[in-house]
Amino acid sequence: MILAKTGNEALAWAMRQINPDVVAAYPITPSTEIVQLFSTYVNDGLVDSEFVAVESEHSAMAACIGAAACGCRVMTATASQGLALMHEMLFIAGGLRLPIVMCVASRSLSAPLNIHGDHSDSLASRDSGWLQFFCETVEEGYDTLLQAVKIAERAYLPALVAIDGFILSHCLERIETFDDQDVREFLGRPKPNYNLLDYRHPILVGPATLQDYYFEFKRSQIEGMNNALPIIEAVQQEFRERFGRGYPVIEEYRCDDASAVVLVMGSACGTVRYAVDQLRQAGKKVGMVKLRVFRPLVHSLLKERLGRFQTVGVLDRADAVNSYGGPLFTEVTSVLYDLPQRPKVLSYVYGLGGKEFAPEDAVKVLEEVLAGKKAELVTYVGVR
Amino acid sequence: MAKLKSWRELPCGAIIEDLQAVRENKTGSWRSRRPVWDEKKCRPCYLCWVYCPDSAIVLKDGKVAGIDYDYCKGCGICASVCPRQAITMEKEKK
Repeated sequence: MILAKTGNEALAWAMRQINPDVVAAYPITPSTEIVQLFSTYVNDGLVDSEFVAVESEHSAMAACIGAAACGCRVMTATASQGLALMHEMLFIAGGLRLPIVMCVASRSLSAPLNIHGDHSDSLASRDSGWLQFFCETVEEGYDTLLQAVKIAERAYLPALVAIDGFILSHCLERIETFDDQDVREFLGRPKPNYNLLDYRHPILVGPATLQDYYFEFKRSQIEGMNNALPIIEAVQQEFRERFGRGYPVIEEYRCDDASAVVLVMGSACGTVRYAVDQLRQAGKKVGMVKLRVFRPLVHSLLKERLGRFQTVGVLDRADAVNSYGGPLFTEVTSVLYDLPQRPKVLSYVYGLGGKEFAPEDAVKVLEEVLAGKKAELVTYVGVR
Repeated sequence: MAKLKSWRELPCGAIIEDLQAVRENKTGSWRSRRPVWDEKKCRPCYLCWVYCPDSAIVLKDGKVAGIDYDYCKGCGICASVCPRQAITMEKEKK
């Protein structure tokens, strides 16, 4: 069915089709509509979900953890300060290997207060043990959320699906949705790793492990993330077979004969595509590499795809205050370091707090990357 | 002491399936106040048994039969939920 939906509406629509057992959430701009719409679906009897209205995001994630430990399919949505308030709980969901799926309408972090889109919130959650997906369009957000449920439940890892705040969350797009029945068949029922309420097989969840076992459990959790990529690829393949569309983990756009490319995540991919087209018309050999998955870090793919270029520009929609370049940039330079011949990598931070990132800005970045050098380590695009 | 397992042998999700360790770790020593159960006042409604986070309410032949002080940490939930004040909290003696 073809529908006109904003990003928030599309994710809520996907949640209705997923029909999770439990949704616990607290509203925050720009993600509020997702759970607001979902709560109307609950009220109207369109889903079987238990909706838990809680007093904070910390409680929301705590309730999600409890429900997921009982084998339920669990979802929530948040952004910015809400995700920051969940921070402590995110690590617990990760450590307990609970496949909770969370929508994030990406937004900057205060102070100063700003409600608009950047990736500071999700990237600050990098080490919490969650899968992280970044989407370019509303339709991709819809598709990715459906995939994320299956990926999370197969990998026993929580998953975060990010759409850029306002740019995607509040902008209307034409999307092709799938039939409820097809979605439910695609997802099946979760096969939980354990169930705290199964009194015939009593277990202890969240034990205290000291010097004897903490590190071993952490090592086991890390292996779960190490093994996630084949699961993501398999689910994407199943998705493509059933629904006829899909997205690679890394997409190359006009890269075949390119000597310089930029790597980018989220809605800015659309802007960069347009800029690449313009420069290509002028005969300049530039391209774009789109990264959909930030965690797991797909290092072998990044090596394979980026290693052959002369110069790679990395666009970060977040800053890691005084780090040696943007958060994605430092990952990329680490990944490429051990190649015998590696590209020059340039760091760009753009669009913090929703600052306009126009095609002209992208053209400027691409031209500089093509020239292969710039004066400063990090370029803050468009900052006065 | 049992041989420590490698990370590859551990269950996914930091769960403990062998509850022997839980039995061995007697948490009753943490208690500063102890619940005292009055058999005469009790009409077993099992609310204390339902609420006890440590499974420290002892049942015998389907009736409440007392408190397992080896594990009771003295949180007082049982006393709080009892509709007949059959459980009262008393200061733990040194």
